[in-house]
Amino acid sequence: MSSRNIILASIRRSLGVSGKEAPRRKAVVDRLKQHPSGVVPARGQLAPKERIKLFCTMVEAANGTVEEIPRANDVPAAVAAFLRSHNLPMSVRRGDDSRLTAFPWDRERTLEVTTGPSDGGQLASVSHAFGAVAESGTLMLTSGADNPTTLNFLPDTHIVVVDAKDVAGDYETVWQRLRDKYGEGTMPRTVNMITGPSRSADIGQTLILGAHGPRRLHVMVVGDQ
Amino acid sequence: MNRVTSPRFKRNASEAIADPALQKAMSAGLGFVERRQAAADRLPEFDALRDSARDIKNHTLAHLDLYLEAYEERVTAQGGHVHFAVTAEEARNTVLDICRKVSAKTVTKGKTMIAEEIALNDFLEEKGVTPVETDLGEYIIQIRREMPSHIIAPAIHLNKEQVEADFRRVHTHLPPDRNLDEPATLLAEARAVLRERFLAADVGITGANFLIAETGTSIIVTNEGNGDLTQTLPKVHIVLATIEKLVPTLDDVAQLLRVLARSATGQDMSVYTTLSTGPRRKDDPDGPGEYHVVILDNGRSAMLEGEFRDMLRCIRCGACMNHCPVFNAVGGHAYGWVYPGPMGAVLTPSLVGVDQAGHLPNASTFCGRCEEVCPVRIPLPRMMRSWREREFERHLSPATMRSGLAFWAFFAKRPSLYRLATNVAMRALSLAGMFFNGRFSHLPLAGGWTRHRDFPAPQGGTFQSEWKRRKGHAS
Repeated sequence: MSSRNIILASIRRSLGVSGKEAPRRKAVVDRLKQHPSGVVPARGQLAPKERIKLFCTMVEAANGTVEEIPRANDVPAAVAAFLRSHNLPMSVRRGDDSRLTAFPWDRERTLEVTTGPSDGGQLASVSHAFGAVAESGTLMLTSGADNPTTLNFLPDTHIVVVDAKDVAGDYETVWQRLRDKYGEGTMPRTVNMITGPSRSADIGQTLILGAHGPRRLHVMVVGDQ
Repeated sequence: MNRVTSPRFKRNASEAIADPALQKAMSAGLGFVERRQAAADRLPEFDALRDSARDIKNHTLAHLDLYLEAYEERVTAQGGHVHFAVTAEEARNTVLDICRKVSAKTVTKGKTMIAEEIALNDFLEEKGVTPVETDLGEYIIQIRREMPSHIIAPAIHLNKEQVEADFRRVHTHLPPDRNLDEPATLLAEARAVLRERFLAADVGITGANFLIAETGTSIIVTNEGNGDLTQTLPKVHIVLATIEKLVPTLDDVAQLLRVLARSATGQDMSVYTTLSTGPRRKDDPDGPGEYHVVILDNGRSAMLEGEFRDMLRCIRCGACMNHCPVFNAVGGHAYGWVYPGPMGAVLTPSLVGVDQAGHLPNASTFCGRCEEVCPVRIPLPRMMRSWREREFERHLSPATMRSGLAFWAFFAKRPSLYRLATNVAMRALSLAGMFFNGRFSHLPLAGGWTRHRDFPAPQGGTFQSEWKRRKGHAS
């Protein structure tokens, strides 16, 4: 008997079931299909404007920084201003995401913009989030042809653009958007939920920002609600 | 299953209390207790979420066979591979086979307690594959050749000076006169050293906080980002998990995530919660080309039957140990295996046997804090009591304890004799106390107490007589 079947048989023996009981099977099929929501905190259940305000507060509580940019075309200038204000080299790498490509990068003459994944040699990156969750200040990024995962982790500074309309109150709303986009039961290779910059408290119980991932996380909430 | 020193728990504990470096590190503390409380207070639904988390885990365990089948189907449909392993040995060999197929020389590892449980590092090293721990705490204990002393803060038993000494000993390619006074410079050095290792690794091994049946997804939760570099950069990603990590749906996992970080570190969310499903897709510019999940049983399916099933709800937040007076006094290594604190005291006897780990359920004051703070409401004190009973039934407790209990039981079953005997004893001790200023520094049969502190002399009455008197008084 294969290890798989040994384990399944052992589980069934312990539970006193055969695995063929119709009510059990139905309970599982129904739950997977209906994916009922449990307790959803009231905290994030707000009107759009307040929801964005809560999101910004929570990003900052997690040691990130955040700015609201009403007009999408101002993003390249904001990226350049952010790098300048932190005395960082005027260079970013980004994915080919169409929402990023649409920004007028050429207006920033001093800003070098390259595209593709990171090999560890880039100091700053720009990503576009799939969505965000106000309840905890969490960004949701999906991997794909135009959204390299390495950009989220290797550069020292990570700038993430999110559409104001994609800032949800809770995780459940984003799960449903994932199901709508990728299909029930199907996911992209990676969904990164990011709440603040990387940190560690493993040495002498002292919390320090910038462990293996970015030392800085800057969020740009773009557009009016 | 090697390296079990649980049978010598008592000696381990005495040594831990006498170890000034350990006591210094433990007293530094992360403020785990205060942070958890603050996070819980900020969320009015916290207790309702704990009920929800408990119910989800109970439902999953009761249907575990079916959820495992559903999970496996989703992983396979999206290009991943699921390997089942009955024993630790089988899991080790499965990992090695995958490494050998890609001629792996080095593997990076995210923090995984399962790898500690199956002693994977020693095994891989023996077989010529170099494992590199990348969680900062795990990296430190790897270069010290130690086991983790806490499930979420593996190096909590060490202070900064010890880490500095280890870095100077191991990072010999760096200038010996470099300044390593601050935790931040130590972190920067580890980051630089490990960055090279990330980029060079052939295989990345992570654990899993959860496996989702709905989507065939594995989840890791970290603060450093090491787990993500581990699983994104190499050609192959191996997930080490156990059967009880299953959760039905994304919505269910949201319930568990809402209690996990709050219970562990007092964060609303950990920095990185990463959902991985299958290998990189056809047009993806990065990510691993192969995705393997090794699902280990190692005695857990047997735990589903009977009184220890509740233990399989555990989501490894560490709150029980953070709130445990015994853990905070002796640290994690005294427990003698991978899982310390109250959850370890219940789980370890299940996994390595009560004959090896019988001391652990006795290392409790039964204050009940562990159960009070457990995000999935595991009745840890009740289960520790069950282990004590089993230990007694199997005649594993020491002879002095057994005869002492038999002696006590003889009187306890005869109430009038009990009252008489305790009355006489209390009067005698109270009388004797007058000659010793009301405190005994030595008492026969109570050396374990008087070695460390005086025993106050009784005032004359017994507990029962006092109870009777005060109750009469109150009414």
